[in-house]
Amino acid sequence: MMLPEPNALIDALAAQLAPVMGTDCALIGIHTGGVWLRDAVIQRLGGKCLLGELDVSFYRDDFAQAGLHAEVQPSRIPFEIEGRSVILFDDVLYTGRTVRAAINLLFDYGRPASIRLAVLIDRGGRELPVCADFTGLRQDFPAHEHIDLLRSEAGELSLVHGPW
Amino acid sequence: MTSTMTPNLQLTPDGRLRHLLTLDGLPKRILTEVLDTAQSFVSVGERDVKKVPLLRGKAVFNVFFENSTRTRTTFEIAAKRLSADVVNLNVNASSQSKGETLLDTVSNLSAMLADMFVVRHSAAGAAHLIAHHVAPHIHVINAGDGRSAHPTQGLLDMFTIRHYKGDFHNLRVAIVGDVLHSRVARSQIHALTTLGCPEVRVIAPRTLLPRDVSGMGVHVFNRLEEGLKDVDVVMMLRLQNERMQGARLPSAGEYYKHWGLTPEKLKYARPDAIVMHPGPMNRGVEIDSAVADGGQSVILPQVTYGIAVRMAVMSLVAGANP
Repeated sequence: MMLPEPNALIDALAAQLAPVMGTDCALIGIHTGGVWLRDAVIQRLGGKCLLGELDVSFYRDDFAQAGLHAEVQPSRIPFEIEGRSVILFDDVLYTGRTVRAAINLLFDYGRPASIRLAVLIDRGGRELPVCADFTGLRQDFPAHEHIDLLRSEAGELSLVHGPW
Repeated sequence: MTSTMTPNLQLTPDGRLRHLLTLDGLPKRILTEVLDTAQSFVSVGERDVKKVPLLRGKAVFNVFFENSTRTRTTFEIAAKRLSADVVNLNVNASSQSKGETLLDTVSNLSAMLADMFVVRHSAAGAAHLIAHHVAPHIHVINAGDGRSAHPTQGLLDMFTIRHYKGDFHNLRVAIVGDVLHSRVARSQIHALTTLGCPEVRVIAPRTLLPRDVSGMGVHVFNRLEEGLKDVDVVMMLRLQNERMQGARLPSAGEYYKHWGLTPEKLKYARPDAIVMHPGPMNRGVEIDSAVADGGQSVILPQVTYGIAVRMAVMSLVAGANP
């Protein structure tokens, strides 16, 4: 199966986001693909939004089975989350468990006015009642297939897939 | 307990940290993983809600057979910030002088469904003994055993050095004082060596140096001024007052005169050198108040970072299940 070129998908996503991104918006990326995606959208749309990053390792529901993720990165929300409109970015939406963890994590910073979700690919396979508000591509992939967003040293984004 | 057995006891077959007993023999990969994870927990401590749900439903038993305020409190805060249930036990060491009794205590606490033991004991090897004894799903963290090791103190010291100095590869670090009786010094030396610090100095009177010190890969100095010359980090040790009665040292005043870190002596170190102390401090014995409270002191940040480092250790061991 061929994976699409991510830049076209980011263009499509940016077009959906353009009307809703105000200066009081907070754009929060989930480490690490979500942060890259957010930065690519900002590159296209510009603007002066508030920026934050989340690592959901401490909120994952598989800690008892899998332990800590190898490279936990600090979460960074350098502004008041209370009353803020948040757009959360992740590269691939699959089971919905990462998004659940990210929402829990965000609420430990405060009570946002709203949270909306922007993803590059919605690949189906949800195990929780989570849906994206902005989507670059909606396409089912086989359960045994793993999809990842990568970024090169030069900052080029690409999509790769393979067995888990 | 031979030190060659220890790494196997501490690590799972696939190389993850299962118990933390000593830094002796722990690979650099593990030390770095603890420091990196702790970095993420520092940001948790800066939030309104300072808790994460990692250890929700787990019971952490702080079992202290020897007194401690700072270490026990920071372990307690760390466990609570990980959402664990914490039970603190101060067990009178005198009624626990036999190994059999120690293990009986542990068996009873295990029967209360403990998931993790944080152990301090005056006897070297106590935490190892417990780690050998407990069921596979229970984790043990050494919070100081005799003169042997105090691994979380060593790790929080490394975290503090990395925070202020960035990297270990160009550093001169001096450890000053009662090395002989210090489990902290042993853990510091192992960690610094593993992390690639090229020059670890030990500065102490001959009577307070362990006999095997030359085998630990450190440079030994017997004069404070000489040893402090151009160092980047000064790690002071507590002079245990109880030892002052023995023949090892003349008096606290005499010790201060030769070994106390005063602003004048600190001038031998680099101007941007940081001063550390594991606490509790004897002001006017090993350290002058002007230094302890001065601009180069990072003694209180050490305490704060101790929470994040202990959170990291607890969450890493709790996640390493067979």
